[in-house]
Amino acid sequence: MTVQGVGASPKRKEDRRFLLGKGRYTDDIVLQDQAHAVFIRAPYAHAAIAKLDASAARAMPGVLAVLTGDDVTAAGLGGIPCGWLVKSKDGSNMVEPPHPALAIGVVRHVGDPVAMVIATSRAAAKAAAGAVEVDYDVKPAAGRIAEATAANPPLVWDQAPGNICFDWHIGDAANVDAAFAKAAHTVELELTNSRVAPNAMEPRAANGFYDAASDHYTLYTTSQNPHLTRLLLAAFTLHVPEHKLRVVAPDVGGGFGSKIFHYAEELMVLVASKRVGKPVKWTSDRMEAFVSDAHGRDHVSKAQLALDANGKFLGLRVQTLANLGAYLSTFASAVPTYLYGTLLSGPYDLPAIYAEVKGVFTNTVAVDAYRGAGRPEASYLLERLVSKAARQLRIDPIELRRKNLIPADKFPYQTQVALAYDTGNFQATLDMALERIDYKHYADRKAASAKRGKLRGLGISTYIEACGLAPSALAGALGARAGLYEAANIRIHPTGSVSVFTGTHSHGQGHETTFAQLISGRLGIPIENVEVVHGDTDRIPFGMGTYGSRSAAVGGSAIVKALDKIVDKGKKIAAHLLEASVADIEFADGLYRVAGTDRVKAFGEVAFAAYVPHNYPLETLEPGLEESAFYDPKNFTFPGGTHLVEVEVDPETGVVEIVDVASADDVGVIINPMIVDGQAHGGLAQGIGQALLEEAVYDGDGQLANDSFLTYTMPRAADLPMFKVGNHVTACTHNPLGVKGVGETGAIGVPPAVINAVLDALAPLGVTDISMPATPEKVWRAIQAAAGKQA
Amino acid sequence: MPKLTLRVNRETHAIECAANALLVEVLRDTLHLTGTHVGCDTSQCGACTVHVDGRSVKACTMLAAEAEGSAITTIEGIANGDTLHPMQAAFQEHHGLQCGFCTPGMVMSAIDLCARKPAPTERDVRTWLEGNLCRCTGYHNIVKSVIAGAEVMQKAGKP
Repeated sequence: MTVQGVGASPKRKEDRRFLLGKGRYTDDIVLQDQAHAVFIRAPYAHAAIAKLDASAARAMPGVLAVLTGDDVTAAGLGGIPCGWLVKSKDGSNMVEPPHPALAIGVVRHVGDPVAMVIATSRAAAKAAAGAVEVDYDVKPAAGRIAEATAANPPLVWDQAPGNICFDWHIGDAANVDAAFAKAAHTVELELTNSRVAPNAMEPRAANGFYDAASDHYTLYTTSQNPHLTRLLLAAFTLHVPEHKLRVVAPDVGGGFGSKIFHYAEELMVLVASKRVGKPVKWTSDRMEAFVSDAHGRDHVSKAQLALDANGKFLGLRVQTLANLGAYLSTFASAVPTYLYGTLLSGPYDLPAIYAEVKGVFTNTVAVDAYRGAGRPEASYLLERLVSKAARQLRIDPIELRRKNLIPADKFPYQTQVALAYDTGNFQATLDMALERIDYKHYADRKAASAKRGKLRGLGISTYIEACGLAPSALAGALGARAGLYEAANIRIHPTGSVSVFTGTHSHGQGHETTFAQLISGRLGIPIENVEVVHGDTDRIPFGMGTYGSRSAAVGGSAIVKALDKIVDKGKKIAAHLLEASVADIEFADGLYRVAGTDRVKAFGEVAFAAYVPHNYPLETLEPGLEESAFYDPKNFTFPGGTHLVEVEVDPETGVVEIVDVASADDVGVIINPMIVDGQAHGGLAQGIGQALLEEAVYDGDGQLANDSFLTYTMPRAADLPMFKVGNHVTACTHNPLGVKGVGETGAIGVPPAVINAVLDALAPLGVTDISMPATPEKVWRAIQAAAGKQA
Repeated sequence: MPKLTLRVNRETHAIECAANALLVEVLRDTLHLTGTHVGCDTSQCGACTVHVDGRSVKACTMLAAEAEGSAITTIEGIANGDTLHPMQAAFQEHHGLQCGFCTPGMVMSAIDLCARKPAPTERDVRTWLEGNLCRCTGYHNIVKSVIAGAEVMQKAGKP
């Protein structure tokens, strides 16, 4: 029984149930009289539904119903909305095509749901799905950005000529033109940011129950933000008021962004439950996940950097085509604009920036936020470009960065792309990473590798990112259709234990421990006496959920605000009990004390008095001790740092081995160092996965070539080294905890470091470019091509 | 439906299931042992790893009927009352889990590794866990957990 506050690393409270096999994930939940659903999905990327006949299926044993697009229309269900309105350069709104829960007449990507079969068992539903006759008239499809933006492309939507959803820009074109006019050097780069599938280990699932007696719906779902899902169901898709709708996100097995969004299946299990009079459960299988979960990244960009004769950056020009998929997912439009274009200054003092981003529809599953969401795309572009500039100008890539990093004494720093960084120290994180990787002896290691016939390369990335998207008013002005605050409720129980209700959701992040530390440290009570409750709209007042590394910075700050109210009310109670003035009461280490005396009341005594108010100032103070707070951040937070990667390339086979990874991050004040390190490790693994192994490969006709773990290369234990992670703390200046966020740093910082390392290793062979993932085949071919050129 | 007798976590269960039911389906759907997870359809992820006669097996690769006559142990069957198995304890101590979904399979697989190799090296662990995917931890702390768990198991003389 110990007090464990900010800075301690207590073991996680949530671990025990997971380790015992007692976690409760959505698919584990079996409701009485449970029915099961499977979805029939389009096998073509673009086709008209010529015939859909479910009569044979409906007659099969155990089948309760088969729903199609006609039922979606007849029930008056709303289309799945996009949460962010982006406007084009000319002020016009983005093209927002309809997104019915089941396809109506036309399918627009492989995996587009066409019909839903509900039966008394999953096996019966699967068998009946095979009996639904669907005939398609296949249409030409735009499977990739290249096909979608070619001359006279197949149109995903007739209302989007050229498949353009929006043509957005940020920055000052004239300033950038002027910068390039006076530049001593210009560096150009064309690059793609590869498409990846999120692949949380728990596939999505949803279990819907309509209770006719109370006319009330309950949805269990794999969500990072149950209140947001309830809001979208209530206001847009199901059209049922919030008090008739409970959304529960129980234990959730990873999200990485893919479980933010409101998906058709969540709506349809509720509709189906009302239709068949039983709870209806759907659980995705993995192949289904590949074609129905929103993917990430998928940019094609051109970038130019202007430098003066001394290597100082003068200006940056960027043109990006961002794949959105066929339908606009919840944050699809925000990710390649406000979470990408605004990050293009990176950690650099960059006096002129202009970026143009076209959102492109393709006949593929939606692209939306995936760990990092826009910031990895910005970081990859900038860090590849800076390292290319270093090679071109024959400047050491570390020195070129030093020359251009924002000096620690220049904060707050206003970028040319809207963001104002409050704090940071990029020189300190750079030095720390260099020390961690033992940069001093790098040349020796490179020579040793060469002796073994291996090419060693060192790659660097200095990055910044933005977390805790805010404030709501600014986000709203930029097109957000939701607020971005967070809510907390703290209930002190009569005998002094505490329940904390948070609107954030933990699906691996360890909130049940870190948030308990905030209470334990502040109130001086054992961490064992604190319970953190999340993931249930019936238990938690409200919340916006967990994404964009916002939980500690925004959700934690809401908890601190509620704690302030608890402590203040406790002071009034203590003043009464101690017969002193409120102004004289201090609170520390769990004790209310009359300042300068030994007269104290323990927090537990004060809490008890609040609930048993026999000696209590009832005329001026309500009994009870429970407080709520909503916190709307004043600004984003800005984690940043340096990632260094050493690779060894086998020139005979093209195999790249990650030999060493050192990260030095500034994630602000650290609540639980053990958990922060764990988050860094996970992000690094996903970033390395994208850089070397993973890619969701669509062909030109919109067929996904790799839709299982047999063909999509997930990082495995043997692909990765032990990571050297470290932190240099500068506290965020505008939230009460000083925290910035750690969930995404690895995925943002490390991909360019990996590719820069590979290019550094291959530079002596004349290889100047390679795209993600740098697979052995790709590396080997690049080596052969360079050898051919030099021969 | 065919009837069969399965011995799971030292208890004997007489069950009925389809002839083509996978072991993982029977464990989850019939016996409600939901600690054994399903993360893929291609026997790649290892979230469903259990022990069959002491050896780790992906429960999606085996028919329930094939397991008749064997001793099956799932993640629910390895703790000693309230006391975690040393490998479970090591995963908590070294923060070897985040979302918890791959964890049961990781722990079951790791225990089998230790039975075969009581003092595994980092390379041994990384190679052995080839069949277990984790998306959260980057494997760093899983590797530390397995090595630490192996040490405790070896000292305790526990397979």
